[in-house]
Amino acid sequence: MAKIIELPKLSPTMEEGTLVRWVKPVGDRVEVDDLLAEVETDKATMEFRAFDRGTLLARLVAEGQVTQLGQPVAILGEPGEDISALLATLGAAPAVSPPAAPASVAATMPQAPAMTPAEAPSHATAGHALVAPVSSVDVFASVPGVAGLVLLPQRDAALTVAKGEPGGPSSPRVRQLARSLSVDLASVRGSGEDGRIRVEDVERAATASGPRAEPAAIRGSVAAVGSARSPSVVIPASSMRKTIARRLTESKQTVPHFYLEVDLDVEGLLALREQLNEGAEKERKISVNDLFVRACAVALREVPLSNASWMDGSIVRHTRVDISVAVAVEDGLVTPVVRDADQKSVSQIALEIRDLAGRAKSKKLKPEEMQDGVFSISNLGMYGVDRFSAVINPPEGMILAVGAARDVPVVRGGAVVPGKRCAVTLSCDHRVVDGALGAQFLAALRAIIERPIRVLA
Amino acid sequence: MRELRYREALREAMTEEMVRDERVFIMGEEVGHYQGAYKVTEGMLAQFGEKRVMDTPIAEEGFAGIAIGAAMVGLRPIVEFMTWNFSAVAFDQILSNATKLRQMSGGQFTVPIVFRGPNGAARQTAAQHSHAMETFYAQIPGLKVVVPSTAADAKGLMASAIRDDNPVLVLEDERLYGIKGEVPEGEHLVPIGVAAVRRAGTQCTIATWGKMVPVSLEAAELLAAEGVQCEVIDLRSLRPLDHGTVATSVRKTGRLVIVHEAWPYGGPGAELSDRVQRDCFDSLRAPIVRCTGRDASMPYNKKLEELTIPGSATVTQAVRAVMAY
Repeated sequence: MAKIIELPKLSPTMEEGTLVRWVKPVGDRVEVDDLLAEVETDKATMEFRAFDRGTLLARLVAEGQVTQLGQPVAILGEPGEDISALLATLGAAPAVSPPAAPASVAATMPQAPAMTPAEAPSHATAGHALVAPVSSVDVFASVPGVAGLVLLPQRDAALTVAKGEPGGPSSPRVRQLARSLSVDLASVRGSGEDGRIRVEDVERAATASGPRAEPAAIRGSVAAVGSARSPSVVIPASSMRKTIARRLTESKQTVPHFYLEVDLDVEGLLALREQLNEGAEKERKISVNDLFVRACAVALREVPLSNASWMDGSIVRHTRVDISVAVAVEDGLVTPVVRDADQKSVSQIALEIRDLAGRAKSKKLKPEEMQDGVFSISNLGMYGVDRFSAVINPPEGMILAVGAARDVPVVRGGAVVPGKRCAVTLSCDHRVVDGALGAQFLAALRAIIERPIRVLA
Repeated sequence: MRELRYREALREAMTEEMVRDERVFIMGEEVGHYQGAYKVTEGMLAQFGEKRVMDTPIAEEGFAGIAIGAAMVGLRPIVEFMTWNFSAVAFDQILSNATKLRQMSGGQFTVPIVFRGPNGAARQTAAQHSHAMETFYAQIPGLKVVVPSTAADAKGLMASAIRDDNPVLVLEDERLYGIKGEVPEGEHLVPIGVAAVRRAGTQCTIATWGKMVPVSLEAAELLAAEGVQCEVIDLRSLRPLDHGTVATSVRKTGRLVIVHEAWPYGGPGAELSDRVQRDCFDSLRAPIVRCTGRDASMPYNKKLEELTIPGSATVTQAVRAVMAY
């Protein structure tokens, strides 16, 4: 009796194969192990040999056709046997071709009688419906908690809180974040399952309490530190503050500072200033600072060895006298430079400083206007500071800290009389200016300040 | 670039190395006249002859030992196990000889040898022939264990394994032999011990190897449709284990799912979990979750087998679980 030969599994991983070449012609005698055809699998071209004997009555698959595992490929039987009944059963027999949809079987069997359109979808549906109840998802869902597959974490019921209640469980990252933002997790309502506090909940809690305090002064992200009861506020540093931090830390850590302090008699200087300002318009008035800038410039010219910088193991002597003037601005300070101050009149210096300071406060200075000074002056006299020491502004060699002019009793001609004194402190980079040289500079400065007509010379 | 199948890429690496270095030869069951049980060595007998492509009897312990001896005296053998399951009978040769002789001889002997073959389940190969053996081998000092998941890595890791002066295990996969991928022509070496990021993402890291790489990538694709961006890391090498690449990713995502086919008890996945929780403790938003083969012997039944090996649906379930944190 004729039987259908199906495509066998020719390799363990084979799911389909391409029938590359038929070896046995229809009508030929087939013995067990005879080569029927060559089939290309996922692995290699394999020999498809007969498991039965008989006569090849029909080929159901054309050469070059992709064929599913178990799909009918040939009919073997007695010579001349009528196989029309067998062929007719093929299309309507899902049992013989489980992996293949009946429609595709029909398409690959040119000799088989055509299936009616109504049959094909109904079989396809039936096949799928049979498979559905044992789909992997359903079976998996029915055996929860079985070892393997997904090793889910255990929930700790003792830590869970009711929905909407604060203080739920939290992960290491959340706790770390809460510490850094000084957020008290006990007060945070978690949005996760079991009232779990998530990263987003902590971030929300931090921004809700953080930046409201000083909205105008604070830009970017803000974080709170310190105790939860009275948190301090961490403000990201501006680029100016970062520059100040970097340059002054570098200066204090790498420049060997020493300090020389003298008390200057400024009675004559203040009198001169009064004379200069008498009747002058407000914007043309001259400050004590302007006079000091000019005096320092002249002193640097007179003691040229003190006009120097340390650079990579060498001493750089400057021939120009460019004086940096410390100007306080919102959130920091800048040091615009008065170029060639030794060659400019006091009134010219005063005008320049007024312009530079004005533009510094409105942040309109160009970077090059704040570079390449040789000496700095910092004056806190107007803030009532008597004396202070300043940090050298690298790569400059010296900075003069100017205090307030004070009314002091002085001894003159054996009698105590009222006098005016101003304490100045010179910070020197010991690599380029030694004590004697610094003293020489201060002596030159004193000679100018205390005979103030020389400031104008 | 031209495409090759994974098995062809393995063959190309072995062929090129055998041309390059006449000390390299291959031995194993059916590697020669049968052209390889899985056709990895197809055509190699014709090219190199019986002295360099040697069929062995079904005696893994014996031929593994012969190959280790050959390596000790200067050859560079490649030993094919028809599957890694059968390496169990040669385990003592690998454990006690291949990995020990260099140290025990004070460096007088080296054992430059490659053991290779398909690892893990195939399709319905049942309980005794479906072992994911990496758990046993990745634990042993003195061994290197690589698991290529792409055709290019199959060539690059195989070539690096052959050139290594120590025993290297190449764990291939029967289910990957037929996949195609771009493979560089000529010398192509993938360094041993360097993981590869196969897909970039920000919310959850998936670390995996071997056949589970395409499964995890499929899961990542499904999760992306839900708005969850996963970073998929192919470890490629289980010893040395590149936990640094995973840690870097976890510091970004705060979540880690480890996917492997091997049993859940111990193994490289548990090792990775241990290292990452120590290195990234403050970065973790969620517990590290593993998605593994079921803690059972592999059933023969097709449906039950599917329920024993992680699929993309199980991986997505694991990722969804950690995304709740």
